[in-house]
Amino acid sequence: MVTNKQPVTRNASPSLLKATFAIVRKDLAAELRSFELISAMLVFSLLVIIIFNFALELDVKVRQSVTAGVLWTTFAFAGTLGLNRSMSTEKDRGCMDGLLLAPVDRSAIYFGKAISNLAFMLIVEAIVLPVYSILYNVNLFRLDLIGVILLGSIGYTAVGTLLSAMSVQTRTREVLLPILLFPVAIPVLLASVKASGSLLAGAEFSEILTPLNILIVYDIVFISVAFMLFDHVVEE
Amino acid sequence: MQPKPTALKILDVVSIIVLAISTYLALFFAPTELVMGQVQRVFYFHIGTAWVGLLGFVLAAVSGVIYLVTKDMKWDRFEVAAVEVSTMFFFLTIVLGSIWARPAWNTWWTWDPRLTTAAVTELIYIAYFMLRQGIDDPEKRARFGAVYTLLGGISAPITFMVIRLFRSIHPVVVGAANANQDKLSMTGDMKIAFFFALFAFTIIFIDLIWHRVRLSGLEEKVEQLKLKVSM
Repeated sequence: MVTNKQPVTRNASPSLLKATFAIVRKDLAAELRSFELISAMLVFSLLVIIIFNFALELDVKVRQSVTAGVLWTTFAFAGTLGLNRSMSTEKDRGCMDGLLLAPVDRSAIYFGKAISNLAFMLIVEAIVLPVYSILYNVNLFRLDLIGVILLGSIGYTAVGTLLSAMSVQTRTREVLLPILLFPVAIPVLLASVKASGSLLAGAEFSEILTPLNILIVYDIVFISVAFMLFDHVVEE
Repeated sequence: MQPKPTALKILDVVSIIVLAISTYLALFFAPTELVMGQVQRVFYFHIGTAWVGLLGFVLAAVSGVIYLVTKDMKWDRFEVAAVEVSTMFFFLTIVLGSIWARPAWNTWWTWDPRLTTAAVTELIYIAYFMLRQGIDDPEKRARFGAVYTLLGGISAPITFMVIRLFRSIHPVVVGAANANQDKLSMTGDMKIAFFFALFAFTIIFIDLIWHRVRLSGLEEKVEQLKLKVSM
């Protein structure tokens, strides 16, 4: 708990940036206490990788060509797990109503949730990458690959946060999120797989410019669209 | 119950007539294509259904935006009608394309940009119906539907662009993207059949949408009457 007592100014609502980071801090603090979400995502990711190992017979030759695909499938599946959980805890314990009642801009809620979702996804990726590197003896610690993963994860969580806010309010809830998210997120997954695959095959940086540009365009377009639409999704 | 409007009755009859004419033009009037033979005739309906399918998805995204701005349920009814009719037409496009592809490409399906985008687009709109089904409150259902059609409408063209990174074998009808792609060249009679099919399917599309919008209005009325009875 925060112990220093500062005088609270009640007349002015906090700035967008402040409110956003207050929500991020809340989510991270809650997660650091329980590790519910990250541990679930992590164990799930490792299980997916193990299943792929048998399903695809990941020997040295196959590994070369499918590593990017296996990684992104794992991230996408683990991502929906995290997105679902992070939004349904808000809904179940009535926290969402509390957030909506707070005198802050609604977009602060969107950005706050999106950034904390991104943080969870990146933490899981940061653990999966070294584990995969050790298990399959490929070096995944490359700055350019990490950049691609970052861009891909941003796009994925940007649209995923919006859709998970919608799916938790439906009757089918958790089941619906991947069905809504995957077809819309195909551009980002495809471009990420393509870029990571080329990088792992030893391509020059100039060769991945096209998928990289698509990733940047997708990120910008979907962050702005989701930011504009979020108001309509949470309004009661 | 309100009777069917006369204009809609006329449009029904016109739809049947233009469909018959278009079928005649495609099957008998248009000359047989030299390379592909008879199977090419499926192309006229393939393009016709694809055109109205895409038109409907664009109209749905536009009416979604108008709904979010105006909050008028009329636009939600139009959006559902457009998506529903287009999903059916788009499914027909895929089936007709497959029928053509078997002899032309020697396979029912390839993961070509157009085919893949078509499949993904179809899945987006199936997800749209699943989303709507899970929500009881009509106002919320309309809002979420509008948001999702908008996302789908933005994502589908980007999907197409992305998959274009790979090479395409789909013939280009209007403006070839690069020289080594097949380009379909049409004779005068083929053009007549082609443009008439576009026209015919546009008429049928308008007719079906009108019916669907009217049906939604009636459904709403039944809901309200039921509420009145139970109260």
